[in-house]
Amino acid sequence: MDTLDLLLDGFGNALTPENLLYAAIGVLLGTFVGVLPGIGPAMAVALLLPITYGLDVTQSLIMFAGIYYGGMYGGSTTSILLNTPGESASVMTAIEGNKMAKRGRAAQALATAAIGSFIAGTIGTLLVAFFTPTIADLAVEIGAPSYFAIMLLSLVLVTSVLGTSKIRGFIGLFIGLTIGLVGLDLSTGQARLTGGFLELADGVDIVVVAVGVFAMGEAMWTAAHLRRKPVDVIPTGQPFMGRDDWRRSWGPWLRGTALGFPFGAVPAGGAETPTFLSYITERKLADRKAGDSEFGEGAIEGVAGPEAANNASAAGMFVPLLALGLPVTATAAVLIAALQTYGIQPGPTLMADQPDLVWTLLASLLIGNALLLVINLPLAPLWAKLLRIPRPQLYAGILFFASLGAYSVNQDPFDLALLVIFGGVGFAIRRFGIPVLPLILGVILGPLMELKLREALDLSGGDLSGLFNEGLAIFVYALVVIAIVLPVALGRFRRSQGVPAQDSMEEVDR
Amino acid sequence: MTVVIGYIPDQYGEAALTAGIEEAQRRGTGLVVVNATKGDALADRRYVGSAGLSELEDRLAGLDVPHEVRQAMGADVAEELLRVVADTDADVVVIGLRHRTPVGKMIMGSVAQRVLLDAPCAVLAVKAGR
Repeated sequence: MDTLDLLLDGFGNALTPENLLYAAIGVLLGTFVGVLPGIGPAMAVALLLPITYGLDVTQSLIMFAGIYYGGMYGGSTTSILLNTPGESASVMTAIEGNKMAKRGRAAQALATAAIGSFIAGTIGTLLVAFFTPTIADLAVEIGAPSYFAIMLLSLVLVTSVLGTSKIRGFIGLFIGLTIGLVGLDLSTGQARLTGGFLELADGVDIVVVAVGVFAMGEAMWTAAHLRRKPVDVIPTGQPFMGRDDWRRSWGPWLRGTALGFPFGAVPAGGAETPTFLSYITERKLADRKAGDSEFGEGAIEGVAGPEAANNASAAGMFVPLLALGLPVTATAAVLIAALQTYGIQPGPTLMADQPDLVWTLLASLLIGNALLLVINLPLAPLWAKLLRIPRPQLYAGILFFASLGAYSVNQDPFDLALLVIFGGVGFAIRRFGIPVLPLILGVILGPLMELKLREALDLSGGDLSGLFNEGLAIFVYALVVIAIVLPVALGRFRRSQGVPAQDSMEEVDR
Repeated sequence: MTVVIGYIPDQYGEAALTAGIEEAQRRGTGLVVVNATKGDALADRRYVGSAGLSELEDRLAGLDVPHEVRQAMGADVAEELLRVVADTDADVVVIGLRHRTPVGKMIMGSVAQRVLLDAPCAVLAVKAGR
């Protein structure tokens, strides 16, 4: 019962009025950015990174965790009321959720999304609390070669498994790795890719990259597509559920949680796959139970399942983040950057070095989750009003905070020029459909990987075999090969069998 | 030779629509209903959605007046309305008037004022029902 004691200690630390205030701010801000399409928790956390200079590490993590969970919840509101998913994890919610709303059941759809998110988030966070210490204990034993291999696996999975196009994924990854290379070489002191600028000797600050790619890039993209036909907003009142809705929701909630958590916890994370699987499962189950299932006309199961899966995977993300220092989502990557600004190196030793921080964070996740439910259920009609904010005013505000953030890193105008450049990169990747996740992971994991690679090679005296002298490393490299070869082989196999490769989205729309 | 009506789905637009229909029947001409948006927000209350649009069409279909509904999007809603006025060579343009605070008018500008001053034809400005 060690874990419970530690978690209770965490609650003791998290439950101060000041920390609760930051949790509430985080949750509100997270919902705000989650509701508005194009702005997500990753951008919000990136914009708030400069705040970390003035705040205690616990408080800023509490706030960021609130933003993360809030963003997940906010996306569902937009999906249900607008049929415009606020973020990719809510795509599945939109299918049935919007149909429910059109049939006048918006209040029930919002309620099942909110309560499902709460239940899945709570179970997920508890699972994180119970799993992470064990994994971290094992992870401390991991040597540099294996650690390098695991990071490589994470990059390969994120790049080649997620997303529609491998080549686009790898383009994003290599842009990110290149940005990560800028600066002085760690052991020889050679300047790399600095172009003679002294300001670049320390490397590019992650705040500038994150704010540039997320905020500046999105602002430019929006400016280029400023006028769009307004969409119909389905008016809604206070969310509530009837007895029948409860009866139909709890099964999907639990099944969604079970599907979502493992997917969030493995390095191939992301909430797209589990939400999709949950949707398919609920649909099959409903079809089996009754011939005339409501699926296709707004079934509450189709909202409850994917929403739970979405939040459970959001919680699962904390397992690799806290146990291994591996980010699997864009928000997690920015969270790592936040930890680094405090001089905390996320990695297997985080649990041992900063137990108070980790347990307070986990406790505050549970608190934030409860706040989310309490705050958001009554506020749902208000969130819908946010959609009327004109883009010029909204993005002017975002640009203001972006510039302020980039400037405050070093108080150097040079960073503002970099911000514009990374804004251009952010615009370009949106224009050419390059996923942002591999890019930002490349920026953050690249230097860490280099560190571990150097460590392993130093130990072996520069001999390449030093990278393969651990059993775990070889096992992980085998997984890397499988991750690269399997999808290609499957594609070949299907083609040779004459089975047309189906796009998962098309299958749903059929 | 038409009556152009600046329409938004609220009491002011409603008043303009009613007056515009009367005007078209009195003059024996057709009418064009214009609904414009700046299109710079995700949702706009003053933009007629698909449900409202078919409702509007149904109402107009019940009249024995040639009619047309146009939706436009541009930086300046008044300009979009005036463009239709010029396009259709309108006899009269009908708009609804509302009370504005001086500050609100200074910040947001006034569509009605632009139309009153810049329209090449007569402007019928009506008030919402008391």
